[in-house]
Amino acid sequence: MATINVNGQQRDVTDVPPATPLLWVLRDHLGLTGTKYGCGVSECGACTIHIDGEAVQSCVTPVSDVGEGKIVTIEGLSKNGDHPVQQAWREHNVPQCGYCQVGQMMTCAAMLAANPDPTDDDINEGMWNICRCGTYNRIRDAVKTAAKEMK
Amino acid sequence: MSNSTRDLTLREMIEKSRLETEVKAKTPSTVNRRDFLKGIAVGSLVILCSADGTTTAARAKDLANNQNLSPSLFVAVEPDGTVQVLAHRSEMGTGIRTALPRVLADELSADWDRVVIRQAKGDSRLGDQNTDGSNSIRFFYKTMRAAGATARNMLEQAAANRWGVDVKEVSTANHTVYLNGVKKKLDFHQLVEDARKLDAPQVKDLRFKSPKDFQYIGKRFPIADLDAIITGEAVFGIDAHIEGQVHAVIARCPVVGGVAKSYDSDSAKAVKGVIDVIELPRFQGAPVFQQLGGIAVVAETTWAAWQGREALNVQWEEGPNADYDTEQFMAALTNTVKKNGEVTRAEGDAITAIADASKTLQATYTVPHLSHAPMETTCAVADVKTDEAGKVISCYLKAATQNPQAVQQAVGPAMGIPNDEVYCDVTLLGSGFGRKSKPDYCVEAAMISRRVKRPVHVTWTREDDFQHDYFHTISAVHCEAGLNEDGSPDGWLLRAAYPSISSTFNLQADTPATWEAEMGLTDLPYDIPNVQIEVGKAKAHTRIGWLRAVCHIFQNFAVSSFADELADAAGRDPYEYLLTTLGEDRELDLTKLKLGNRGASAQDYPYDIGRLKNVLRRVANESKWGRHNDLPKGKGLGIACCRSFLGYTGHVVEASVSPKGSVSVDNVWVSIDAGTIVSLDRVLAQVEGATIMGISQAMYGEMPMKKGRPIHSNFDGFQVAKMSDSPDSINIDIVKSEAAPGGVGETGIGSSAPALCNAIFAATGKRVRSLPIKNHDLSWG
Repeated sequence: MATINVNGQQRDVTDVPPATPLLWVLRDHLGLTGTKYGCGVSECGACTIHIDGEAVQSCVTPVSDVGEGKIVTIEGLSKNGDHPVQQAWREHNVPQCGYCQVGQMMTCAAMLAANPDPTDDDINEGMWNICRCGTYNRIRDAVKTAAKEMK
Repeated sequence: MSNSTRDLTLREMIEKSRLETEVKAKTPSTVNRRDFLKGIAVGSLVILCSADGTTTAARAKDLANNQNLSPSLFVAVEPDGTVQVLAHRSEMGTGIRTALPRVLADELSADWDRVVIRQAKGDSRLGDQNTDGSNSIRFFYKTMRAAGATARNMLEQAAANRWGVDVKEVSTANHTVYLNGVKKKLDFHQLVEDARKLDAPQVKDLRFKSPKDFQYIGKRFPIADLDAIITGEAVFGIDAHIEGQVHAVIARCPVVGGVAKSYDSDSAKAVKGVIDVIELPRFQGAPVFQQLGGIAVVAETTWAAWQGREALNVQWEEGPNADYDTEQFMAALTNTVKKNGEVTRAEGDAITAIADASKTLQATYTVPHLSHAPMETTCAVADVKTDEAGKVISCYLKAATQNPQAVQQAVGPAMGIPNDEVYCDVTLLGSGFGRKSKPDYCVEAAMISRRVKRPVHVTWTREDDFQHDYFHTISAVHCEAGLNEDGSPDGWLLRAAYPSISSTFNLQADTPATWEAEMGLTDLPYDIPNVQIEVGKAKAHTRIGWLRAVCHIFQNFAVSSFADELADAAGRDPYEYLLTTLGEDRELDLTKLKLGNRGASAQDYPYDIGRLKNVLRRVANESKWGRHNDLPKGKGLGIACCRSFLGYTGHVVEASVSPKGSVSVDNVWVSIDAGTIVSLDRVLAQVEGATIMGISQAMYGEMPMKKGRPIHSNFDGFQVAKMSDSPDSINIDIVKSEAAPGGVGETGIGSSAPALCNAIFAATGKRVRSLPIKNHDLSWG
């Protein structure tokens, strides 16, 4: 495995040990630090990215499992930071410290792509990422705003 | 622990430990004293505000060359009109990096689009930088206004001189000075050159804006870092980078105070990417902010260092804390609070009043250790340069720290250099909650960098974070009361025991410090004729640290739950009971009660029972409290209030408990009176967040320890609130006030958990006296 596809570009990972979690490949090898480390065991969602449009926790995904999959990180979610989810997060002033919010937005974008009209129960289940600042109520509002915009 | 040590404030305690451990070695530094004006254009108008409130204007070359100038906060208006504002407090999610510059910009009448915020390094000349204790607005609101007003007054004077009129005939708005009644105006950039030749006015002569003219203060505005966060470009501690850096992950003894007996350095070095394995010495004396010690694995990448650590196979000599067991310890604490303690407050004769009362009640409340669990673990990168003899010649760090001056004070002695030769840049913090005001991780980064002679980024894994935290203390609070004929308390006894935060600074500390007891215990606000408050002894067996809201977490939980129990015993409405028991509107006598009031004056920050009752009334009104008797079984409203960090809150929680005992928080109402507020939207956000954190701690929070070890190591064990736990609505009512600004960030925690537990009692008749709620069987059907 010599390359992986990240945000539309083939990136060289020849020197990376195959068991390395994709999170650390993105951060330490490719310099894409928007994706965050939170727990390392897929419990918090801070490292969430997309592979072929699905939300994936990069902290438990060995780089060798990626194959031909198309990876999208926050840096590639939109050209100008204006994905409807990002816009909704702005509109509701969601972030406090901001650390978990990239993962929250990536989870939300994948959820809305699969389910454009989520109920409150869908949001409770789908938006499982941890936010220690406690921005959940604003996230819930932002998800609904983004859902409207994406219709 | 002697009384004199107990009476020290936390700040004094930290300073004392620092001075006692500090190495006074003078080392010549190759780094020049940093130039405050680096990055500021030549010819700017620069306003310096010192901690004593005086202001001066300086030209760039003066400041760069004059070591005697002591700039505290400053604003620079550059020749093109750009306004640079120094943000010297840390941004961990409160919005302070935006709020204080907004205060300055408002008083300056600056166009926000032409304001640039610069993050300050650690520097004692800036005044207090410890972003902790909900102090930032309280400490610096006036200073920022003075700095902004000074610059504006000078620009106005320059314009008046240009037009040959009295300064009273000009006014300023949106980066422009106008000549009143005439179509003449000058942009700031046209006035800088003249303004900088004027003498700065004295603070007493400054013309301040009237609050009715405020453009930003008290209004809604977004945080300055919003776009960077949303696009993933924001730089946190984990993202900080120094050219040429390597990464380190450290194996630390699972028991505080232990040391490594043996480890397999070769196996670690065999991992691809590992560069070196380095032994760090155990801390000496009290932990303070020293590094714990352990075995560091240094590698090209974080993951390689982590894998190297896995291969170390360290055997530990665990030391004296290896028997620590929180189940046994809690049993001992609850026993301690059943016996007489040291009396710290007494009015009348509570013991006799309780003995003679027709009805008496007693209850003991307990709260376990808690972890901070900031979303970003502790992280720092350090670059230490040494001469050929290994002596440190320069030391630079980038850190996610709540207190860069504490970084200087901890790293300086460890490197054998004066504190002010430690240069620390501050990144954004992926939250802190008090953990990141303790810079042990920065000391680690500096020590490893010194050894490997390269910049070193230390990353704590989540397991490290949970296993080696400065834990929130473990506590028991015992309450007894005697009720008179109408059910009101005639006597009230409170006894608390918990390991003090002082133990982190002084190994002998075994009794709550006065400033700890004051957070919800000795500042008991009720109007009761006979009161006795006591504290008992408890030694620490792990590092104890302050966590957002500190002792309010458990002391307000006990006191506000017990008040609810008394109301029930008296057969009275809990809200009416609280309001009546608080008594007449009055101010508590801080001197008589020996309350330190967080160092704030009684004049600016009285303990005002009227304000406490006001938030209670307002939250009862907002939540339509009167309906609580009409709710079906399994649904309940709970109410609580407190004064915390010089702000006042009242909480009403509406909770449902299913017949099988599953709890959900349906809706929450909060009223907060924090005096003058700066950032309306961030006050709302902080209270929303505090409510969620209060629910999280009450429902799930516990870090049990066995054999000296915390038993949870990740979020699968240490549970926290998620989206599914958050209420349908959090309704916040902010009291409009021109009183001096109080705390906000921590203030919303204290009344949150007891309101929830009181709601559970209303729903089920079951009283939760030991947190967390998840450990209780609340089934009722």
